[in-house]
Order: sequence, then structure tokens, then C-alpha cells
Amino acid sequence: MTSLYDEVQAAPGEGVPTRRVTIKVNGADRTVDVEPRLLLAHLLRQGLKLTGTHTGCDTSNCGACTILFEGRPIKSCTMLAVQADGHSIETVEGMATASELHPIQEGFKEEHGLQCGFCTPGMMMAAKALLDKNDNPTEDEVRWALSGNLCRCTGYQNIVKSVLWAAEKMRAESK
Amino acid sequence: MYPSRFGYESPKTVEEAVALLDAHGGEAKVLAGGQSLVPMLRLRFAAPEMLVDINGIDGLRYHRVDADGTIRIGALCRHEDLEEDDAVAKAVPTIAAAAPLVADPIVRTRGTFVGSVCHADPQGDWAATMTALGGHIVAQGPKGKRDIPIAEFVIGPFQNTLAFNEIAVEAVIPAPKGVRIGNYLKLERRVGDFATASVAVALDMVGDTVADAGIALAGVGGRTINANEAASALIGKKLTAENIASVAAAVAAVAEPRTDHRGSADYKRQIVKTFVERILTGLLNTSQKAA
Repeated sequence: MTSLYDEVQAAPGEGVPTRRVTIKVNGADRTVDVEPRLLLAHLLRQGLKLTGTHTGCDTSNCGACTILFEGRPIKSCTMLAVQADGHSIETVEGMATASELHPIQEGFKEEHGLQCGFCTPGMMMAAKALLDKNDNPTEDEVRWALSGNLCRCTGYQNIVKSVLWAAEKMRAESK
Repeated sequence: MYPSRFGYESPKTVEEAVALLDAHGGEAKVLAGGQSLVPMLRLRFAAPEMLVDINGIDGLRYHRVDADGTIRIGALCRHEDLEEDDAVAKAVPTIAAAAPLVADPIVRTRGTFVGSVCHADPQGDWAATMTALGGHIVAQGPKGKRDIPIAEFVIGPFQNTLAFNEIAVEAVIPAPKGVRIGNYLKLERRVGDFATASVAVALDMVGDTVADAGIALAGVGGRTINANEAASALIGKKLTAENIASVAAAVAAVAEPRTDHRGSADYKRQIVKTFVERILTGLLNTSQKAA
């Protein structure tokens, strides 16, 4: 059990009401007490120490904080942690196994899909949402699916290639 | 910034949600998709005492076309639900055209159609679309439901006419008088940016005659611009190059654009005129091809 106020204030104020929530994070139930105004991105980063989810703009623009909520991509800086109670979410930490990268991660490695890497977790989660629905996307569909995620380094070219690489690998593996 | 402190409830029925709103006497806000409200909380433009999260209420995530052609969109219908639906796309081409242009693909998985109309952002795609289509909002309060015509619902920037203890549970678009056609065009510098200008057009056609016409604009004024009066010049007529040009000019005249970093007022007015012409000409060409 953790009480989480890191982003809100250093220590919980006297008598601040909290709610107990249970969220399935990358397959494991996590129960925490949260103040209603705590944002999901901050619960993940400060509370659960899952710092793979990045917060870039804090204004729902950049998509660095993208995670999957019940399988669909959302911006975790624009959802309250309490809203995830009883739901299943997936972060970038849930992609790889102990020994193997996820094909999308491999694709970003193979095709140099990142430079500074800040946007990468969000890009990969948005890509995962796309490939889970459509295992053979066109370049256009990849660009469209990633249009809510900003990258300031790559000019997107290699990111798109990475996702297409991953799609091909995932199709080959599922045969 | 961080939102100021608020209470949070997630009721299981609309009645419970209404009772919570009622009990907080105007200091509670409804949380649906949250894609406008959460950023507003973070900027402290909104600082409610209580958030009433309606996401746990069953039966509000729907959109359907009734047998008589009426379209009903529930309070929790997400933008992406409309983007991916063929029935609504066929019934209301203006919605099909606008759905993929709302915000960005990730925001569209959470944000709701009805919430966007309620938010009444002058930039909002759905408030403009509803204004062009002439639908109404079903509001549920302590005394039951009432219908609020869209023109009496979106009354100004970020202003709707819900009472503090009412929830917009459904958006309704009436059945067309004939065959409904339409389109939505939006100019934006990049995905997710505020629109430089957006134009929603909806026409009901009987044969090649316009039986009803609606046009509304977003991004070119301090409120959603209702250009239905300008559009009404088309009613009872066939679309021609001449009346398309005159309606486009009349619609551009009711826009209220302001010069900013997205362009000058004159430029935006020109975009409106061009978009109206482009949409109507496209509809004319399509209907000629079909005939």
C-alpha cells in the first residue's frame, strides 16, 4: 500500500480524502490510495515507479505519456488515477519479457526509430494499439495512428519504418 | 499546474449522478471523456468541488440509426466509435467526415461527442456539426428529461444551457427530409492543433432539390458560428455554380475571424468561402455522377 502525493504535495495533508483503487498494471493488480486529483501518469511514475511512461507537455499534446487502457491508447496525463480503478492498463514496461524485446521495440532498434528516446514509449504504445487491430498497416495508416505523438528528433521517417518493420515481424511470427 | 483539490464520485446510474449534481448546487462537474475537462482542471480554469464521473454508468456508450432515420448518440460515445462506424457514416456524412479530424487519434479514444458539444468550444468540431444538422440534446435532471434544440443549447463560448443538476445524456439528429449529404473540412497547421477554420455542411436532398440546408463554422469567431440562415438560400433550389458562389460569400460574411498567429482575419474568411464552395461543389459533382 502506498499513499501517493509526490506530485500533488510532499506529504499528505491532514484529513485529505483519498480513495483506494485497484488497477491491473501490466497484468498484476496494484492497490493504492490516491487523492482524486492525482493524474494517472504520475501514479505510474512516482507511485508505482514505472518511469517508462514519460510526461512531456502535460497538456495532452505530445503523447509521450501514451499507455493502453483496456487495450486502447490514452494519454495518461489526461486521465485521473481514480478513473483507472477496476481497469486494466499496459505501459511500455509490459512490452518486453525478461529475455526478449517486443517486435515493436526490436523494430525501433533495427530501424533507428529513436534519437533522444523521450517520445519513444508513447510512440511504441500507440504503435502497439495500431498493430493489435491491424497487423498489416500501410505507411499512411501508421502515420495516421501516430499523428497524436510528437517527436522532435527524427522527423518521423525512421519511426514509421520501425513500426512497419515490427508489423512484418509480427506477421511472420504469427504464421 | 495541478488541479485544485476536488471530491470524486463514480455513480452507477444517471439518477444517482443527477442527485450528486443536485446535492452540490452548481459546484460539481460531470466527467465523461475528460479530454477538455482534465486540461481545464490542470489550468485551473475549472475548479469544481466535486467530479461526477459518469464512465461507470452502463448503457450510455451507443450510437445508432433508428428505423425512422433518427440518429441517437449516447453520452459516452467516443469520437473513435463514430470514426469506425459505417451506419452513422452513411446516415450523416458530415459526422463521418468530421470524426477523423477531431483532435488526434489518441484523444479520440476517450473524448466523447456529447461532451464536446457541451463544452461548446468555439473551436469544437461537434458543436459546429450539430449546429449544421439542427439536432437537439436530451438533458436529464431531477424532474426527468427534456429536449434542448442545439441553437438554444450552445449559446456562447464554453456556454451551454444545461441546469447545474442536469446531464446531457444523448444527442439526437432528426431523420433527413430525403437523402442527407454533407461534408466537413478543417484547416489545421498540424494534427491536434486548434483549427484555423472549419466548415460543416449538411444538406437534405429530394431528388436534386435541396430540402434542408445547414452550415456552421468553428475556429472563426468567439463562438460556434451558426450560418444556417445563409445556407437557407439553397432550400427549394437545385445546386448551381451561381447559388454555391453566393451562399459561400454569405457564409463568409457571417464568420467572425480574428487575426492571430494562424492567419489574418481576411485569410480565414477566404478559407471559409473556399471551403463552402469546395464542399458544395463536391456534393453537386457527386450527385450529378450518381444521377
